[in-house]
Amino acid sequence: MSHKTKFDVIVIGGGHAGCEAAAAAARMGADTLLLTHKIETIGEMSCNPAIGGVGKGHLVREIDALDGLMGRVADQAGIQFRLLNQRKGPAVRGPRAQADRKLYREAMQAEILNMENLTVIAAPVDDLEVTNGRATGVVAGDGVVYHAPATVLTTGTFLDGIIHLGTERTPAGRFGEAPAKKLSTRLYALDLALGRMKTGTPARLDATSIDYSVCEPQPGDEPPLPFSFMNSEIKVPQTICHITTTTEETQAIIAENIKKSPVYSGQIAGVGPRYCPALEDKVARFPDRQRHQVFLEPEGLDDDTVYPNGISTSLPRDIQDAFLRTIPGLENVRVKRYGYAIEYDYVDPRELDMTLQVKRLPGLYLAGQINGTTGYEEAAGQGLVAGLNAAQKAAGADVAKDAFILDRADAYIGVMIDDLVTRGVQEPYRMFTSRAEYRLTLRADNADQRLTPKGLAFGCVAAPRKAVFEAKISKLEAARSFAKAHNLTPNEAQKHGMNINSDGIRRNIIDLLGHPGASWAQLSSIWPEMQEWPAEIREQIETDAQYAGYLDRQSADIAAFRRDESLKLPQDFDYMQIEGMSNEVRQKLAATRPTTLGQAARLDGMTPAALTLLLHYARKNLQPARDAADGGR
Amino acid sequence: MNTEIASDNTIYALSTPAGRGAVAIIRISGEKTTQAIDIITKNKVPPARQAAVRQLYNPQDGSVIDEALVLYFKAPHSYSGEDMAELHVHGGAAVIEETLAVLSRIDGLAPAEPGAFTRRAVLNGRFDLTRAEAVADLIDAETHAQKTQALRQLRGALGVLYGGWRERLERALAHLEADIEFADEDLLGGIGRAVLADVTALADEIRAHLAEGRGRALRDGVEIAIIGAPNVGKSSLLNQLAGREAAIVSARAGTTRDIIEVSMVIAGVPVVVADTAGLRAAGDEIEREGVRRATKRAAEADMKLFVFAPQEEADIDRPELWFHQEDLSEIQPDAQDVAIYNKSDLGAFDAIDKAQRDALEAQGFAPLLAAPLAVSAKTGDGMAALWAVLEARVSEAFGLSDHPALTRQRHKDALESALVALSRALDVPEDAGALELVAEDMRLAMREIGRITGAVDVEALLDIVFRDFCIGK
Repeated sequence: MSHKTKFDVIVIGGGHAGCEAAAAAARMGADTLLLTHKIETIGEMSCNPAIGGVGKGHLVREIDALDGLMGRVADQAGIQFRLLNQRKGPAVRGPRAQADRKLYREAMQAEILNMENLTVIAAPVDDLEVTNGRATGVVAGDGVVYHAPATVLTTGTFLDGIIHLGTERTPAGRFGEAPAKKLSTRLYALDLALGRMKTGTPARLDATSIDYSVCEPQPGDEPPLPFSFMNSEIKVPQTICHITTTTEETQAIIAENIKKSPVYSGQIAGVGPRYCPALEDKVARFPDRQRHQVFLEPEGLDDDTVYPNGISTSLPRDIQDAFLRTIPGLENVRVKRYGYAIEYDYVDPRELDMTLQVKRLPGLYLAGQINGTTGYEEAAGQGLVAGLNAAQKAAGADVAKDAFILDRADAYIGVMIDDLVTRGVQEPYRMFTSRAEYRLTLRADNADQRLTPKGLAFGCVAAPRKAVFEAKISKLEAARSFAKAHNLTPNEAQKHGMNINSDGIRRNIIDLLGHPGASWAQLSSIWPEMQEWPAEIREQIETDAQYAGYLDRQSADIAAFRRDESLKLPQDFDYMQIEGMSNEVRQKLAATRPTTLGQAARLDGMTPAALTLLLHYARKNLQPARDAADGGR
Repeated sequence: MNTEIASDNTIYALSTPAGRGAVAIIRISGEKTTQAIDIITKNKVPPARQAAVRQLYNPQDGSVIDEALVLYFKAPHSYSGEDMAELHVHGGAAVIEETLAVLSRIDGLAPAEPGAFTRRAVLNGRFDLTRAEAVADLIDAETHAQKTQALRQLRGALGVLYGGWRERLERALAHLEADIEFADEDLLGGIGRAVLADVTALADEIRAHLAEGRGRALRDGVEIAIIGAPNVGKSSLLNQLAGREAAIVSARAGTTRDIIEVSMVIAGVPVVVADTAGLRAAGDEIEREGVRRATKRAAEADMKLFVFAPQEEADIDRPELWFHQEDLSEIQPDAQDVAIYNKSDLGAFDAIDKAQRDALEAQGFAPLLAAPLAVSAKTGDGMAALWAVLEARVSEAFGLSDHPALTRQRHKDALESALVALSRALDVPEDAGALELVAEDMRLAMREIGRITGAVDVEALLDIVFRDFCIGK
């Protein structure tokens, strides 16, 4: 164990948020300490063995574009890859993979334990050290105090976690692991707004006891599409999943025993996610539905544990056994571990600013489930942003100027953090593509073009990615200029068999690709150079073509959005002094402290008159705001 | 709420109070100001800060709209700090409406949102030295009518219509989003393109509504309907209101044989008062048609005056004849409506018969009946009090700093943009698989409708998704 106790950045927790935070801080050159309960559980997937999906896959690509870990690690662990929404357009396609739990953990640990600037110590954290209203360090379980100007706290479900199984209540952060009770007491003492959330997990099944012959096989894509922009292929052997469904007997058993579920007995007070309900919720809310899908997901290549996705539950063990056996294929199933619900503390994310720093306790950053989110990808995205900003803070940078902030037009990560800090959460927050106003612009396929340049400018992207990115961009630019430079008159197009009106308009390759009367095959036979384009370049040019008019409209919207975001509000502003504004609005502004006028506008209950007054005061009180405003016009 | 604060649109609005002044001033602010003057005057822009007399033309047919005084202010020396112009036109509704319509058709021009001129002035630092209250007052003056929800201006049938469209669009969009978000789950119950059938119907309805053109939606002014049983004195009441000195009355051809309309100005707001046929259950074919039209008109009105009265002196003790409540089943009273007890010269208004009152209260008349206004249209007694109540209600509910023509123009613009987006959504070929493009246009349509009915939040869409579908992996 190291004797060193002074660091630039301390990260507490080795889950998905903690790993990204520690790695991001270390990439920035900050001397970083990662404190976690156990080294062996770094990178553990506590819930379902899968990464990505619609919205979530977008987050993984964004993390990767900023040189984060999740995409590369998932590529080393993925055993069944599927690009979801293939029959829909590129903006809503989401990469997803089943991950081998052990391979994932090993790959993540290899990254973390071998990273420059990063020290890992196995120790629980009992307390935060607060000096003059700033977080200055942490107290480990063994009494050792570690100091750093910036600390990232990622508690997951550990913060005063309680596992519910039937009527049993067990304090735990994860199955068989101790919760962080003292830290919770500390956060309450800081007077932060805290709440309780709930999530659940299904039973784990023994694959050798499952009759797959009656289940529907679900193969992955061939070839599998990697998450990371750094990878062109997947080397892990691939496997298949299976789908079965619940039956009327399952429904009957659940309905009969629903009172035994802690959710329905009133034992659990925390709010659970509507999009990931327990099976007992599904039965209670949709009694007419005869069957619910169950996805039998293998937990690993050499692991005979199966994760039955879709039937999370906290019913007592005997009821779980009984209902599982009514599911085709599971008639003789052996349960390796029973499903349970877990309740944990979260901090109202409106306590945070856009860098994920606690507004009332500078130096402390929060990321992941502690902010009321759910999901590995959401946690990792926040961890990345918190880690980068913690490193900046430790380096003594001017936080107002040099913070790493993504906005709603930059990235899903920006949408998520803006939602969290502006609107708060009512249930565990999960990413949906519907949350993004600029969905056609924020695609998984162009995450590198949106974010890698920002990462390079900020200093969190290393040389290998820079090289890969620049090579891709030069190919893309070459293809684009070729496509723009070559064109056809309607007459010429018709001669090549294209169905195009004689409107006298000359169309270039991009125009033609976006025209229903022309096809790739026709165009690439006229210009054989197009056949040389790598698949990813071709896809992007085709997307540009297909989305052309839409993206133009969206850029106009983004320009308007950015104008409002460029109107900065001073952070030490006394909102109570604004005359002519209602008390309710003043208090809301004082509590949230929006960074920009645009963010203020997104608060509930804001009126045009209140915004104009705010604008007036902001201009009067902060001269630079004027430059920003004029510059934005 | 429209969250956009800064904007590069050029905006226009009627800046003089609604109602009938001799002169009305229309302001234009933004980069395209000079271009707009070029188009509407077919003449060069007058030198800055010098008034010039110009003909205003409708470029569609070249006809002259009005002879106006045109003033141009060059940025930054204007109220808003941008290029600005003022068109001083004659204060008639037709001139104002046509001028606004011409401006709305110029590319890059949009009707100003409430408070927009002041917001731009603040943004451009035109207020750095003034006190905050002054800014607050200015905004208040510009936004008075829209302090609360946008729907508030949409009483009656129009509000129900637009609100209904919004709900249908919201549901369709939510179902599309569910199809996009939960790609690997089997969402039972018809989703994705199935919802487009209703979107097609919706687009047709919006198209038909816009094509109605000179119908109710484009009429000038707040509409008040007088309704009640036959012989309760509705026509005398209208004559009393119309005869009042302060009212400027212009006869207007009734759109049906059975409805007489009179335009007047109440509390500075243009108002059309319609006298409808007496409501009664029995009657011949012609009479029933009259009742049907009266009921429809009442339902569409922004405000209703429910008149009841004893029919003759002998009926004073028979309140069941005052009002035939069975004819009211299709007319819902709203908070801004007024109950009037007429013929007070025949006898005082007492507590109405209990059974009658209970029946009316069950239909939602309780708040109105709590304070009926006693008047005599015959002698004029109580008319001053009625006039005061009308002024208060009209100005509270419809107190327009904004001319109704501009509000309608804004609605029309929003509906037209929504229709363009919906048509594009429906044009995406089914085999293209580009459901996200369909959703994108539906989002745009939703945003436009939201300008009228209040914005739709993504949380509202998610609520529908989780209500309608059993989702969960």
